[in-house]
Amino acid sequence: MTLKNKEELPLGGLIEEAGNAAEYETGGWRTFRPVWDFEKCIQCLTCWIYCPDSCIIVEDEKVKGADLRFCKGCGVCANECPPKIRAITMEEEVKFKK
Amino acid sequence: MAKRESMTGNQVVAECMRQINPDVVAAYPITPSTEVMQIFAQSVADGLVDTELVTVESEHSAMSACIGASAAGGRVMTATSACGLALMWELLPVASALRLPIVMTVVNRALSAPINIHCDHSDSMGCRDAGWIQLYSENAQEAYHNIIQAAKICNREGVWLPVMVCVDGFIISHSIESVEMLEDDEVQRFVGEFKPRKPLLDVDNPVTYGALDLQDYYMEHKKQVDDAIQSSKSEILKVAEEFKKEFGYEYGLIDSYMMEDAEVAIVALNSTAGTSKYVVNMLRQEGIKAGVLKIRVFRPFPADEIREALKNVKAVAVLDRSSSYGTAGPLFLDIRSAMYEADSKPFITNYIYGLGGRDIGIDELRSIYEGLISSIKEGKPARTYNWIGVREKV
Repeated sequence: MTLKNKEELPLGGLIEEAGNAAEYETGGWRTFRPVWDFEKCIQCLTCWIYCPDSCIIVEDEKVKGADLRFCKGCGVCANECPPKIRAITMEEEVKFKK
Repeated sequence: MAKRESMTGNQVVAECMRQINPDVVAAYPITPSTEVMQIFAQSVADGLVDTELVTVESEHSAMSACIGASAAGGRVMTATSACGLALMWELLPVASALRLPIVMTVVNRALSAPINIHCDHSDSMGCRDAGWIQLYSENAQEAYHNIIQAAKICNREGVWLPVMVCVDGFIISHSIESVEMLEDDEVQRFVGEFKPRKPLLDVDNPVTYGALDLQDYYMEHKKQVDDAIQSSKSEILKVAEEFKKEFGYEYGLIDSYMMEDAEVAIVALNSTAGTSKYVVNMLRQEGIKAGVLKIRVFRPFPADEIREALKNVKAVAVLDRSSSYGTAGPLFLDIRSAMYEADSKPFITNYIYGLGGRDIGIDELRSIYEGLISSIKEGKPARTYNWIGVREKV
């Protein structure tokens, strides 16, 4: 994300567009990311319910993964995935930075 | 047409507010500014203005109410003094950083302790770094003109900053002076219709005021404030030019009195500049080349103009009605810093005077000028940091 310079910013730190928090990407804090094993996933949607950042992507009632622009790698999804299933593992972010 | 009236400084300020007819005024009484709100409240009660008068439970709330009302899009004014201004402190940078054009009259008074209700500049100097434009007034007439101009400066394109108009407590606020008052419609026409920048009440263009601003953007927003206050110099001068064209009174960032050929000079703020002018008249009759440099605009600080005004002077005394305890007077520090870049540097001394309303009279000012003259004769500067009129063991 490129930061704006002072001339481009609204004066007084005003927010001039409604609902623009979606543009503020918070995934940069992440050390771990969740990785799904869709062979094991039973589509119970427990991860979707528990994700504190609402970043689990669900399409056609099926989990497709996490929106990494907002996933902070907290691991709540992996922790809440039913013990007998364990479809989500938290993997180190550095592995994906190649 | 203008008419002459005898009024106290506070009456003049209240009358000026009535003429401007602001949308919202927050009121909390504190000596010596209490009367301003008391008189203005009468105007509200009599239906002479459309103002929403908000009576709050402290000055902290007064400034909070002003900020809210200003963000909502109103023309907002208030007045305070001393400890009241100190209690507002937390909100002052909020007003400037949110770019809210609030106009506040500060009737200067000493800060506790010991408790003292009389004039000095510790209050307004205490908030000189809050991002507010600060105008100082020599007398009630100038306070009147400064407030009218402030109501226009604050909302000029690119400025959008709060303005503080300083007036000496009791010396000006409670003394009766003959003041030339403008007609209501003249004042109204000059200040013009108030057009808010990004009002909260504009529901078609919703905005959020006061959002969180962390390491990534905080400095950029603070630099915007600095840019605005630095460049407000030209807008202050443009408004002064319009004021002169309209009403014939001339104002600048500084006011040079007998400075063209002056060898010794006093630099002062507010009413002491007036007394100093009187002393200069006496000294001039004795053939002494003395002058006075009055600082009207203290923030933004007119360093270039001051350097130019003092370039041929041999010795200068900067008078501070407050001290930045542990160093020296705040006006002195700024002026000496400005003079560092001057080609020829006069001797510069600092006098702390008049704290808690202690009188500074003709004799004291005369002795300051005499001190300057003898330092020139001796060819060396006098002691830099002095308190005048303090009883102490020698």
